[in-house]
Amino acid sequence: MARAATTQDVFNAVAERRRREILDLLAGGERSVGDLVALVGIAQPLVSKHLRVLREVGAVRVREEGRQRMYRLNGAALQPVRDWIRGYERIWSERFDRLDAVLDELTEQEQRDGADDD
Amino acid sequence: MAPTTTNGTAVVTMPSDTTIQITREFNAPRHLVFRAWTTPELITRWWAGDRGEVTAVEVDLRPGGTWRYVMRANGGFEVAFRGEYSEVVPGERIVSTEIFEAMPDKVAESTVTFTEENGRTTVTILVRHESQEDRDMHINSGMEQGMQSSLDHLEQVAVSLR
Repeated sequence: MARAATTQDVFNAVAERRRREILDLLAGGERSVGDLVALVGIAQPLVSKHLRVLREVGAVRVREEGRQRMYRLNGAALQPVRDWIRGYERIWSERFDRLDAVLDELTEQEQRDGADDD
Repeated sequence: MAPTTTNGTAVVTMPSDTTIQITREFNAPRHLVFRAWTTPELITRWWAGDRGEVTAVEVDLRPGGTWRYVMRANGGFEVAFRGEYSEVVPGERIVSTEIFEAMPDKVAESTVTFTEENGRTTVTILVRHESQEDRDMHINSGMEQGMQSSLDHLEQVAVSLR
């Protein structure tokens, strides 16, 4: 199936569950590859592959510290994903705000009917 | 004290590559939320949000029964959704297919769950698409329109309403 290369598209880059897991971990602060391997619980070559994809779309940054490579989150690169979801949230929020009004009315009506029964 | 209305944001997440989950809490017991969710005259009052007017609602709430919602967007055009119920547990759970009539070959499955705690009800809608592309297109259709500056065009976001 035709699909944009994960290496160019931040949406596809975060579509993979393990990569989201890595981003969640990095949201808590900078981590070495070794840390990530231990925390995610998959083989290092796989973690490295996921990190490469995330780096190529700018979602993570890397720096050398001695012999270690340290990764950190670059939240700005994820902004398009946030914006994308927010538009959808807005539609549902509008709809639910109206539902709130309907529910208030049903609640009042029920309380009134309940009072009548007494 | 709990506010009369929640007016909170719907929380949208993507639990997997092909699903979208929408969650919201309401300040009402679940039998009332379920009633508002499934009674045509009440659906008419909320389903279009601020984007237009609901012009037709048909609900045959039983497994094998069908539903169809139509709205006229503020821009004047109509959009319609329909589906068939596969599971109905009154007050608790509704499972149905969902088809946007302009794209009839894309069939999504929606599971709506109502849970009550302390008189408040959480509604969770899990929409499962056939592919990641379908799911993303569903969300994109709302976003592309939403980014247009003119409010006249914003109504077209309706194509993503479900």
